[in-house]
Amino acid sequence: MKTARPRRSRPPSRLPKCPTGIQGLDEITGGGLPRGRPTLVCGGAGCGKTLFAAEFLVRGVVQFNEPGVFMTFEETAVELRANVASLGFDLASLERQEKILIDHVHVERSEIHETGDYDLEGLFVRLNLAIDSIGAKRVVLDTLEALFAGLPNEAILRAELRRLFRWLKDKGVTAIITAERGREQLTRHGMEEYVSDCVILLDHRVNNQIATRHLRVVKYRGALHGTNEFPFLIGEKGISVLPITSLALNHKVPEGRIPTGIPRLDAMLGGRGFFRGSSILLTGTPGTGKTIVSANFAQAAGRRGERVLFVSFEESPDQLIRNMLSIGLRLEPLVRRGLLRFHSARPSLYGLEMHLATLFKEIATFRPHIVIVDPVTSLMEAGTDFEGKAMVTRLIDYLKAQQITSLFTSLTQGGHALQQSEASMSSLMDAWLLLQDFEGNGERNRVLYVLKARGMAHSNQIREFLISNRGIDLVDAYIGPSGVLTGSARAAQDSREQAEALTRQQEAGRRKQELQRHRASLERQIDGLKSEHEAGTDELRQIDEQVGVQTRLLSAERTELGRLRQADVPTVPVSRRIRQTKSAQHSP
Amino acid sequence: MKRSCPKPRTAGTLPQAEKFWELRLYVAGQTPKSLTALSNLRRICDDHLKGRYHIDVIDLLAEPQLSRGDQILAIPTLVRKLPQPVRKIIGDLSDTERVLVGLDLRPAVKPGGRP
Repeated sequence: MKTARPRRSRPPSRLPKCPTGIQGLDEITGGGLPRGRPTLVCGGAGCGKTLFAAEFLVRGVVQFNEPGVFMTFEETAVELRANVASLGFDLASLERQEKILIDHVHVERSEIHETGDYDLEGLFVRLNLAIDSIGAKRVVLDTLEALFAGLPNEAILRAELRRLFRWLKDKGVTAIITAERGREQLTRHGMEEYVSDCVILLDHRVNNQIATRHLRVVKYRGALHGTNEFPFLIGEKGISVLPITSLALNHKVPEGRIPTGIPRLDAMLGGRGFFRGSSILLTGTPGTGKTIVSANFAQAAGRRGERVLFVSFEESPDQLIRNMLSIGLRLEPLVRRGLLRFHSARPSLYGLEMHLATLFKEIATFRPHIVIVDPVTSLMEAGTDFEGKAMVTRLIDYLKAQQITSLFTSLTQGGHALQQSEASMSSLMDAWLLLQDFEGNGERNRVLYVLKARGMAHSNQIREFLISNRGIDLVDAYIGPSGVLTGSARAAQDSREQAEALTRQQEAGRRKQELQRHRASLERQIDGLKSEHEAGTDELRQIDEQVGVQTRLLSAERTELGRLRQADVPTVPVSRRIRQTKSAQHSP
Repeated sequence: MKRSCPKPRTAGTLPQAEKFWELRLYVAGQTPKSLTALSNLRRICDDHLKGRYHIDVIDLLAEPQLSRGDQILAIPTLVRKLPQPVRKIIGDLSDTERVLVGLDLRPAVKPGGRP
């Protein structure tokens, strides 16, 4: 960390910083709070101001060996010790070591009568004594605003507060002053007027009935800082601020492949399954077998001796084990051997940040090879879309950094907009399997296909996904002219095809016969026509013959008549005249 | 202020003034405010508690650790240790009327009139 360097090595213009040790906060503020100056931490009730301040002190002692004074105006020392003990901070032991001093200042308005001019020198004396007695470098005042309730004269109080902050600066301690969030200004009593170096706003917001904490550095004089609102959470090890932007895309990738537990699916994924350390998305409508595929994956991993963390947001571990047993998946022995661990929680149990924190903790302690989140969508519903995606991004980045293979199932609503609804998540995923169901013929059948698989040749085929009491099997789905057929329709289609083939054969035979018959009749007609034709020819010949005989007779008759009349004009040969009349008859 | 606490009532109309008064004045150095407060206190006690009071002046600059015991924030602060209950009066005690009310030497004047 930058601030780990000694102060002297920095250029003098830089503001010296005081690392808080709070996870993530030092990244946002570029090294911590301004050293030797007061910082205002404001926020509404229950947003973690006191814990924030306490952690600042405790980490100051434990990590940076800087003793601290906790001056509390609200909680007593006993209450404070108990409250921060829940974060694993042992204040009492640090007090015994004289590293931390808790001073409870009791202010009760009903006990105080104001009778003229006064100042708060008593507080100064007290604080000074506390700081000097343990050589404190850090001071927490929680919360000075209690003074506004306790002391009636606001004019004096404001003047004294101004003096107090000046005094703290002169004293050279790094101080945190907490204040209640105001309506129109950051704090109820305008404390930001006095503390101008660094202001941090804590916020506890409820979205869809689920509360998420946010932290924002409103102001940091003289330093660059992350201006975004960062989700933070209070876990069992204190506060952790989760800056999304601080995660870089430079994780190492392992080479190996891991089988999915379903041989045919491995075959679809280039024959060897998923890449180790990749993130896999398994989307499907309700009841398509997402959990079953996940459980198969888990079982296969367990049998190889790998540890699997199964995060279930729908079923309890017992229920899962029982249900998987019904299809022949025996998860219980793996649980007993410590290879499979379940983490079941309702998504609405707490906010996304808390889910993330508990997951991180589980992962850190169990150190699994594979993490299965079933389903990630119900987790995402615990926040807004944006938060959900940010959370999944962080989770994936975290897992990738640890080289853990992750399988996320995603429940999609019915319909065919699967690709669209999951597009935002898809970009985060290395492989994406889609489970879908086809409805028809009074049954529903599941199919599976690989939508994407980065870095491997993968099948483009739809496979029918069969679940029996012997487990999962993938079979080729029927793909024909009327679409994809599965289940009994696929079987029906086979017999239908046979029947159709038979029908086609019979049909062809029938048509053949018909054609033959037709041909025969045509031939008969041709014969008839032929004989008719021949008959015509005969008749023509007869006519010609008759005409010839008649002409001959006529000319003979004429010649005879002429001869009888003794005509001297030669007559037109009869044969030519006949030919002329004949052509006139034929031409019309 | 409240006079309804059980002790005075059992004592009938007997005023607090019958008892011995132990007072403590917290100051921080010899500031004008501290000196004013001390002289104001002496005057009031002489007027109302003659011979039945004792004043301890505690200088927090000299004994800062004593500030925690009586929860001292403001300077000057007058603490009535006896008679019980403990009462705290802050300021330079220049408003005599309020000091008397605060010390329970005189009933509080309500805005509507006398009780």
